[in-house]
Amino acid sequence: MDEALAGISEGVTPLAGGTDLMVEVNFGQISPERVMGLRRLGELKEWQGHRIGSGVTWRRIEREGPPGLAEAARTIGSPQIRNVGTIGGNLGTASPAGDGHPFLAAVDASVELASATGTRTVPWSEFFVDVKRTARRSDELITAVNLPERLPGRQAFGKIGVRNAMVIATVCAVVTRSEDGRVTVALGSVAPTPIRASGAEAMISSTTRPTDADLAEFQRLVSEEVRPITDHRSTEEYRRHGAGILARRLLERCLR
Amino acid sequence: MIVEFTINGEQVSAHVSHPGSLLDLLRDDLGLSGSKDACEQGECGSCSVILDGELVCSCLVMAADVAGSSLTTVEGVGSGDALHPVQEAMQRAGAVQCGFCTPGIVVAAVDLFGRNPSPTPLDIREALAGNICRCTGYGAILRALELVASESGT
Repeated sequence: MDEALAGISEGVTPLAGGTDLMVEVNFGQISPERVMGLRRLGELKEWQGHRIGSGVTWRRIEREGPPGLAEAARTIGSPQIRNVGTIGGNLGTASPAGDGHPFLAAVDASVELASATGTRTVPWSEFFVDVKRTARRSDELITAVNLPERLPGRQAFGKIGVRNAMVIATVCAVVTRSEDGRVTVALGSVAPTPIRASGAEAMISSTTRPTDADLAEFQRLVSEEVRPITDHRSTEEYRRHGAGILARRLLERCLR
Repeated sequence: MIVEFTINGEQVSAHVSHPGSLLDLLRDDLGLSGSKDACEQGECGSCSVILDGELVCSCLVMAADVAGSSLTTVEGVGSGDALHPVQEAMQRAGAVQCGFCTPGIVVAAVDLFGRNPSPTPLDIREALAGNICRCTGYGAILRALELVASESGT
């Protein structure tokens, strides 16, 4: 680990699963001078309670993770991608469509960053800065994800895309519900970073037994709060519409 | 740099031109052209290999990163001249059209049967989710693998 931290402070490119970095290498977009493979760095693979090492693969999260994150893991790429792709790499890339991000936002997870001079923990909301931009300094390595001690009892992940496997989300979302009725809603692919629909959360969390009218209002608020764009994968209008419906269905799953 | 690893049971040492992929190393330097070079972005699965017991796309593995690893490619799934049951079943079921995706599908299926000798049709579909057949010959491929599953179950 000390060697890795010394390396990153000298500008060596960290390589986790390679599912993003190697695509850029293969397409001639980058040609890093010096690379360090993190695949066999044991410390990054440690998973203790609510601290998930950044080198833990999606394959393992699919099997051992909390339900909302495991469901997300199952939709990431393909078996080949999940065998190598890591939660830390997913954060490092910080794609707006990162399937692992909504869960972290929904449960208020934080990201642990280490450098040769020390370690700091950054809340998810400060970690994601913009499209593919994070609060990680160039001399820092993402070492772990910290989940809260207590996770909501109900968690559901959903994703809209053109097929079940190997698909980049048009919209992805996580809804959680705690026993006290508090609901969180986080969405991906509908803004430059993962976002929480806080208006919809406040509205639905204040109702003890949501009626159909409450659910419709929840859906409307989510659609209103997202900030999607039109691109080659979908339109702003479709994403807005889909985000509301997806969040509502996930909430209904949490209420069952 | 020189990278030493085991491939299909044989120890090899290769000169790696940084930062190329394992796929390039296999095809261009080691002459193992069974793993196909198609999308180079992990979408198609035609370059699938088994690295330290895990199915991976060799186009997404940096060649220098396999030092000390153990690798199985499509060239190594059979034993000697004998085909692997997956290869035999695919031949019998006519599960090969243009053939470009075939090596990747064989490796993905060998990985599946190595972990689960009698997968359900759904298990098979999920295990092949990362392999694309542009001839769309999925029906025959699934039939071939279901045949392997039913035979290994008895």
